[in-house]
Amino acid sequence: MDVLYSLIDTLLPFEWTEFHFMKNAFLAVLLITPLFGLVGTMIVNNRMSFFSDALGHSALTGIAIGVLMGVDNYLLSMLGFALIFAVGISAVIGSGVSSADTIIGVFSSTGLALGVVLLSASGGFAKYSGYLIGDILTVQPEEIALLAGILVAVLLVWGLFFNRFLLASINGDLAASKNIREGAVQKVFVILVAVLVTVSIKWVGVLIINSLLVLPAASARNVARSMRSYHGWSVAISMFSGVCGLILSYYLGTAAGGTIVLVAAVVFALTFLLGFVSGRRRAA
Amino acid sequence: MNEQHQHVCGADCSNCAEAGCNCVDCQCSVRIRNLGVRKKDGVILHDVNLDVRHGEIMALIGRNGAGKTTLLKALLGRIPYTGEIQFTSHKGERVEKPKIGYVPQNLVFDHSSPMTVGDMLCANLSPFPVWLGRKKAARDRAAAMLERAGARPELLGKKLGSLSGGELQRVLLAFALEPMPDLLLLDEPVSAVDRRGIEVFYELVCSLRARYHMPVILVSHDLSHVRQYATSAALLDRTVLLSGEVSEVMASREVRETFGLPEPEKGGR
Repeated sequence: MDVLYSLIDTLLPFEWTEFHFMKNAFLAVLLITPLFGLVGTMIVNNRMSFFSDALGHSALTGIAIGVLMGVDNYLLSMLGFALIFAVGISAVIGSGVSSADTIIGVFSSTGLALGVVLLSASGGFAKYSGYLIGDILTVQPEEIALLAGILVAVLLVWGLFFNRFLLASINGDLAASKNIREGAVQKVFVILVAVLVTVSIKWVGVLIINSLLVLPAASARNVARSMRSYHGWSVAISMFSGVCGLILSYYLGTAAGGTIVLVAAVVFALTFLLGFVSGRRRAA
Repeated sequence: MNEQHQHVCGADCSNCAEAGCNCVDCQCSVRIRNLGVRKKDGVILHDVNLDVRHGEIMALIGRNGAGKTTLLKALLGRIPYTGEIQFTSHKGERVEKPKIGYVPQNLVFDHSSPMTVGDMLCANLSPFPVWLGRKKAARDRAAAMLERAGARPELLGKKLGSLSGGELQRVLLAFALEPMPDLLLLDEPVSAVDRRGIEVFYELVCSLRARYHMPVILVSHDLSHVRQYATSAALLDRTVLLSGEVSEVMASREVRETFGLPEPEKGGR
């Protein structure tokens, strides 16, 4: 860690890097944002933004279960519940009884309400309201190591499974003709999203985690011309928003998560205009 | 590939099989036995028996809701079914995991996705993840695939959502042909394509069939295309009502009744 800290001091000799918590937050942002940019591409492609939002909401129930079981680290209870939740949603959607957005809406509100009820019953919700917006400034060095591990794992999954994700996302029948099982591929992806959302919720917060997943990829779509540039833009926009937002929040004294999301939203607006103008120019 | 192959469209193979001819066209490729599909609202298909031989273009015809698309989905393994579907290679070996080329009717996909034709074809060609880019070898192969399917290689850089109906059809055909399938399924491949494009597409399918001797199952509503391009036909209405050579099936009373065709005049078809 000390090596990294001195590296930051040498490369970025600014006021905001003087504090250890800012250095930690900076490192965490450098690890989290590429993850969100990468995974967000497929969330947007699969039209799953509502789904990842529901997963974020379920984290509250996961925390409540952790509290009731008396564990200190809520990561495992959140992860366990998020996985059950995710698999449950895909199973109910798979049954074809109701439309996907309705089912996700039902699960999402249930997850949120159950979390609020359980937490308020076990000693007041206020204690846990920090999870709603998260605080990246509280990230600890060992948690940064965990994030690094997850980045490596996601890169591996993305390297091994991406082509299958892509073909399954085009059309299930078409994927089936190439012996790609849409259901199985979907499960791998859903688990990946569940892990990512759960691990980062503490620093990013229930309310804004989904914006970070969706905004960079949505912006990238406005300007991308291929899968490679889609990923490139998405990761770049995500990292740019993360670093800019963090620095701005330091000087403005605002919450880091919200500031990061606002920067990403401004980038979305810019890319939207850019895509609109270049689209019209091509059409003309 | 057997070079002794001599039969062309519509040739009757049953006789030559007895005479010991071993041309690939004679061999059964897809054998469907007692296939049934049941959904919540009842029986969709029952007791379907059908043989498709190598190098045969079998047209699947029938009224709307007769179960044509359901049969294709069963062949793709997308829905549970009872009964048996067996695939055999042209060497006569049983194929457990058949490769199926599928050209869907109207591909439902996200038109705003920044996925190029090259992304799609290369994702199918190699395990190298396309988000890291496409290797030159894969790009060259994808270009060759497009040319084989009668499409311009320049399409590689275009977004899938920006293609015209005819271009998309050819890209899907190129996609379906790699790896070379044990069965090619065409689900009304021409509904979004203009008349000239339709003819080009069918001629392409016929030439592929002649070159690679793969069995083709074609779902179509356009009986004139069926007459012109299919070698055999099967009339479906929850089960196979009738199957055989295309001229016989098309001249049958059942087909006339299903499609409301006039009685044939004397000496006519």
